[in-house]
Amino acid sequence: MDARELYQDIILDHGRHPRNFRALVHPTNLAHGHNPLCGDRVTVYLELDGDRIKDVSFDGRGCAISTASASLMTEVLKGKTLAEADALFKGFHAEVTGKAAPVVPTALAEDMERLAPLEGVRAYPTRVKCATLAWHAFEAALKNRADGAATVKTE
Amino acid sequence: MTHAPKLNPLPNNPPPFAGDARIQRPRHGLDPTRVKRDFPIFERNPGLVFLDSAASAQKPAAVIDRVTEFYRSDYANVHRGVYRLSARSSDLYEGARETARKFLNAASSDEIVFVRGATEGINLVAYSWGMTFLKPGDEVLITELEHHANIVPWQLIRERTGLKLVVTPIDASGGIDMAEFEARLSRRTRLVAVTQLANATGAMLPVEAMARLAHRHGAKILVDGCQAAPRLPVDVRALDCDFYVFSGHKTYGPTGIGVLYAKREILEAMPPWQGGGDMIEQVTFEKTTFQHPPHRFEAGTPDISGAIGLAAALDYIEALGRDAIFAHEEELTGYGVDKLSRLPGIRLVPAGQRRLGILSVDVPGVHPHDLATVLDQHHVAVRAGHHCAQPLMDKLGLAGTTRASLGIYNDERDIDALAAALTAAQKLFA
Repeated sequence: MDARELYQDIILDHGRHPRNFRALVHPTNLAHGHNPLCGDRVTVYLELDGDRIKDVSFDGRGCAISTASASLMTEVLKGKTLAEADALFKGFHAEVTGKAAPVVPTALAEDMERLAPLEGVRAYPTRVKCATLAWHAFEAALKNRADGAATVKTE
Repeated sequence: MTHAPKLNPLPNNPPPFAGDARIQRPRHGLDPTRVKRDFPIFERNPGLVFLDSAASAQKPAAVIDRVTEFYRSDYANVHRGVYRLSARSSDLYEGARETARKFLNAASSDEIVFVRGATEGINLVAYSWGMTFLKPGDEVLITELEHHANIVPWQLIRERTGLKLVVTPIDASGGIDMAEFEARLSRRTRLVAVTQLANATGAMLPVEAMARLAHRHGAKILVDGCQAAPRLPVDVRALDCDFYVFSGHKTYGPTGIGVLYAKREILEAMPPWQGGGDMIEQVTFEKTTFQHPPHRFEAGTPDISGAIGLAAALDYIEALGRDAIFAHEEELTGYGVDKLSRLPGIRLVPAGQRRLGILSVDVPGVHPHDLATVLDQHHVAVRAGHHCAQPLMDKLGLAGTTRASLGIYNDERDIDALAAALTAAQKLFA
């Protein structure tokens, strides 16, 4: 596998210029993600409105893969219901780990397509955690009101 | 569908052109091309540019074959059986201890304790010597260059002994300022624990001078020789260190074996740290008396084949010549510093006045893990991250570095491949 297959233009672009890279002023939920292996840190901020994700953002520091993954995640999650977000998380996780065939509702096919450039990490077991760090932080944030932040580790 | 990236054979490096001064036979007599042929890993992975010997070195056939041969011909438990095979195995195991003694120029093989590695060696010193002799307020002096293995054990016993951990900072050049070091020595200093060669940056420390200063203040000194032992001649008596540790797997030997050297009178005063077979003199349910060192510290069946494999590795190193290896590492380090410092946008992490065998780089804007992944695509194996030296990375203001480390099988072409791969990675992430 060539480096360019992993580092596609979309990854490099989101790695250099991450979208929604900021702290929310009034998050309802947030959580920190930490990968002790490489020291990468991410904080995911959510503004929930009932069971809908009104806004989502992140900040922190990480490699191109983890930054791009967090950036793409915020793009696809914005406006989704929690059930849709859960389906996307499961689908994405299955895609990058290659463990099970992802079952994602057809309505979300376009979002899955946008996350597809990250599938390249499947060939790099040590880098899968880079791609899933922000998603694990997102999952933790769902259970975590903004007044009591939790940290998840991808180890 | 899930599979690791396959290492495809690369075409051989182009033959050097005539008149290229740097490929002429090196003056020190170590020929890395010939040495490379002694390591089967390179035959099985053509094109591999292995620059991660500081994490773990590759093994020569002499070590692999010796371990196999031992299991085929001479294996039995040691120090137990009265039968001849066990006696032979015991002789080989104790012979390995003598080989390790010679390697360090220790006064007696009784001063050589086999451990799992340098980490276990330092823990042994902390738990046996430290827990016995350190009192509240006593100080253990380390440096900012230490590996976690020479930080965490002292923190672990800090709660129980009341010791104070004092840290000598690095200066702007990445080395240790001896005035800063000396300023932290006092009557309260009981132990100085320092690396001889910093694993994250390649900075060499003046451990001989540090030992003199430590002793002048009545302190003992422990030297972490993990990176130094495979690269330069070590003489524990000339250093006059009280403890010296190194790991077998970094000295071209097997994993799971290492050496703790300590002066005889210090070992004699240290209590056992693990109990079991082989370390006792006499056991009753009321009282047990213990063996003399080193067996007092080797409870249970030891890593017999590991010790024998380590001896084969040390013999192999001696045959190449410690001075020749040192000269080779110095020459190649110099070549690497010269080559890498000419690459725009790549910063060598400073390593003080003297650097050996390790080239840690920072490429601003490119994360070390992204860099290492791209280097891997170019068949260049390096380590990326904090190198088990997080406090040092914090001090340097880096999340991590990309570290190339040299071994006896590396040559200029490996450095050239590294430089080319770094440039390619820079282009990709530009």
